[in-house]
Amino acid sequence: MMKYILDLVVTANERLREGYILLKLTDGKPLPPMFPGQFAELKVEGSDTTFLRRPISINYVDEEKNEVWFLIHEVGDGTRRLGKLSVGDKLNVVMPLGKGFTLPDSVEENVLLVGGGVGTAPLLYMGKKMAEKGCRPSFLLGGRSAGDLMQLDMFRALGKVYITTEDGSLGEKGFVTQHSVWQSERFDRVATCGPKPMMVAVARQAKAEGAECEVSLENLMACGVGACLCCVENTTEGHLCVCKEGPVFNTNRLLWQI
Amino acid sequence: MADLRVNIGSLLLKNPVMTASGTFGYGLEFSDFVRLEDIGGIIVKGTTLNPREGNPYPRMAETPQGMLNCVGVHNKGVDYFCEHIYPRIQDIRTNMIVNVSGSCCEDYAECAARINELEHIPAIELNISCPNVKQGGMAFGVTPEGAASVVGAVRKVYGKTLIVKLSPNVTDVASIARSVEDAGADSVSLINTLMGMAIDVERRRPVLSISTGGLSGPAVKPVALRMVWQVAKAVKIPVVGLGGIMNARDAVEFLLAGATAVEIGTANFIDPAVTVKVARGIDEYLERHGCHSVREIIGALEE
Repeated sequence: MMKYILDLVVTANERLREGYILLKLTDGKPLPPMFPGQFAELKVEGSDTTFLRRPISINYVDEEKNEVWFLIHEVGDGTRRLGKLSVGDKLNVVMPLGKGFTLPDSVEENVLLVGGGVGTAPLLYMGKKMAEKGCRPSFLLGGRSAGDLMQLDMFRALGKVYITTEDGSLGEKGFVTQHSVWQSERFDRVATCGPKPMMVAVARQAKAEGAECEVSLENLMACGVGACLCCVENTTEGHLCVCKEGPVFNTNRLLWQI
Repeated sequence: MADLRVNIGSLLLKNPVMTASGTFGYGLEFSDFVRLEDIGGIIVKGTTLNPREGNPYPRMAETPQGMLNCVGVHNKGVDYFCEHIYPRIQDIRTNMIVNVSGSCCEDYAECAARINELEHIPAIELNISCPNVKQGGMAFGVTPEGAASVVGAVRKVYGKTLIVKLSPNVTDVASIARSVEDAGADSVSLINTLMGMAIDVERRRPVLSISTGGLSGPAVKPVALRMVWQVAKAVKIPVVGLGGIMNARDAVEFLLAGATAVEIGTANFIDPAVTVKVARGIDEYLERHGCHSVREIIGALEE
């Protein structure tokens, strides 16, 4: 799959909540094809502390508007600078990178997409691609409280949405793995993105159900194209680059204790 | 357009820009971004006699104007390289150079001997300066005797252009360069990464899995430039300069300091097309200064 270095133009930079921004970018030419779960390396200009690009997963692609969206958690100086971009600003982006989620083979497959915090981001585009194939995904989204959950209207437009919050302010109280949907439905395939402890718990639950499970990893990376070998994950095939062989892995390739 | 050609041993580079080992994969990873044949030379990932899994994750820490890595020469070994990678890169129309690493003289020599058989690999870069492997690696590169012993062993079995990559983690880099020259090297490249460290204060732990790593990026450029300048005055063989080069201006600094060619490393992570931009930028510099050939500015520092 061809990768590009693009100077994209900011069409919107919306603050969804404190510390989280939704950056929408476009290009004069049609954007390249992108798969859900793939990511981009966003260049940061003018930072004293942030030297490398920021790897950010693709949140959504609006083909009609020729836009790609990135949901960004402002963690350090690099992501905060991305949060300050204005409409019309240019942003240098290398994309699309890595291997994404596996789309279901048939509309019969019951697929659960489980996201925690900003990890919900790539699941929106996954849901869109599934809907285009005639599948109706179920989303299980978790946060500490109601305010943590973003883009709910868009998720609801694509499939069934189940929610857990740790304080019970929205949906069922508890963690995503405690939601009642695990009892009421059977899933053939689970895809998850979020904090590692959550993904490990989801993987364990999927394994107990006999469902295929894919997880999206976010190991610290530099190059994004499989050259520097910094972001490796230990797998059944040895150390593999998360940026090139992932970021999405079937859990049966990982050495996680599940 | 100025004449950008330079010679390193029996190598002819179409321009003085090469890629630093471990930052450009096998070149193929970057073929969507640049025309590989527009780069003077591509030095591929460090290769050892036997496969190496490298060090555990985390292997990288971002630092001001640079990064630390402790990858540890993670590679599938020379046999895998010859059988599976060489066939995919042999037709790339530039100098494809293999960086050779090891943990004892015999391993270095055996690995080099295998690569000597590959028709389309015209040179090797001998890594006697990796800070991230416990045995060998940098241990050879920090004394003139150690450096000479491994270079001598490889020289006996390797007939093509032999570049030796030097460590900056030494007191007197010029003495090591002279020793390597006497042992039969055709060229020296420097600097490898500077040994460094990063600490996570919240967890009170080192960031990197093996505590220390090699620092690269613009943060090391002044040190690299000084060492290239010292070595260029100390040896007769061509010097290849590297360390924090981000643009053509940086590259010209190294050429003026006495480097015949440069390698670009960490900058590939920030701009995957930086190599060809640097080559173009050197040409623009030469035009602006009325130079017909890049060779006019090599070592042309006015002191």
